[in-house]
Amino acid sequence: MKHNLILKVVSKFLIPLIFLFALYVQFHGDFGPGGGFQAGVIFSAGIILYALVFGVDSAKKVIPLHILRVLASLGVLIYAGTGVASLLLGGNYLEYGVLASTQLAGQHIGIIVIELGVGITVMAVMLIMFFAFAERGRPIEDVEDKEGSQ
Amino acid sequence: MIVEILSWICLVLGGLLGIVGGIGMHRFPDFYTRLHAASTTDTLCAALLLLGLGLQAGITLASFKLFLIFAFIFMTSPAASHSLANAAMIGGLKPFLLNPLDSKPLDKS
Repeated sequence: MKHNLILKVVSKFLIPLIFLFALYVQFHGDFGPGGGFQAGVIFSAGIILYALVFGVDSAKKVIPLHILRVLASLGVLIYAGTGVASLLLGGNYLEYGVLASTQLAGQHIGIIVIELGVGITVMAVMLIMFFAFAERGRPIEDVEDKEGSQ
Repeated sequence: MIVEILSWICLVLGGLLGIVGGIGMHRFPDFYTRLHAASTTDTLCAALLLLGLGLQAGITLASFKLFLIFAFIFMTSPAASHSLANAAMIGGLKPFLLNPLDSKPLDKS
């Protein structure tokens, strides 16, 4: 029996719940505690837990680095694009009120889109930083895997 | 009134367990005994505190959220302790043992 069997079973059970909680924090951010930054950190924590338990290589198969780079810049693009859209609609930069027919609906759409951009960028940058640090140096070898291969 | 008393009994017991776990972690001699003190008290401490808070809240959305937190801690806390002890064992940390004849520490060799 593998020595980290319990850890694998528990983390398989937990990772979907962590993603669900991240989405809750993301889209509940305009009514309660939470928002894009926190949601991005929680989402990336789920993937980092996967990388810690199942290995960095299999985590990179889940979400490759080139997709992470695209996501990191996509979030900034969404943020800045919302500002430019409100400029084109006749308001100031990042003036959400002009995005919809009424002031209230415009504020609502604006803050949700902005937080989505923040969440995507924070998630991607956290994972890029984690992979950059995890790749340095020699990988830690699993004792039982090494014994099994001999 | 009875619910109030029960809830405070749960809260105080949970707090006491937390303090006992802290003292154990401070006073025990090596990693495994410290982990034992912290992990065994921690799960029941959190469960009792959340049960006490849930009794205060009654059947509401808040107590449902407390139940979700309880389910989360009930899964994660023993798993975290297990993985810590497992990593120490695989990493080669020997437990601190006493000689049963004279109650002096055994040689580490």
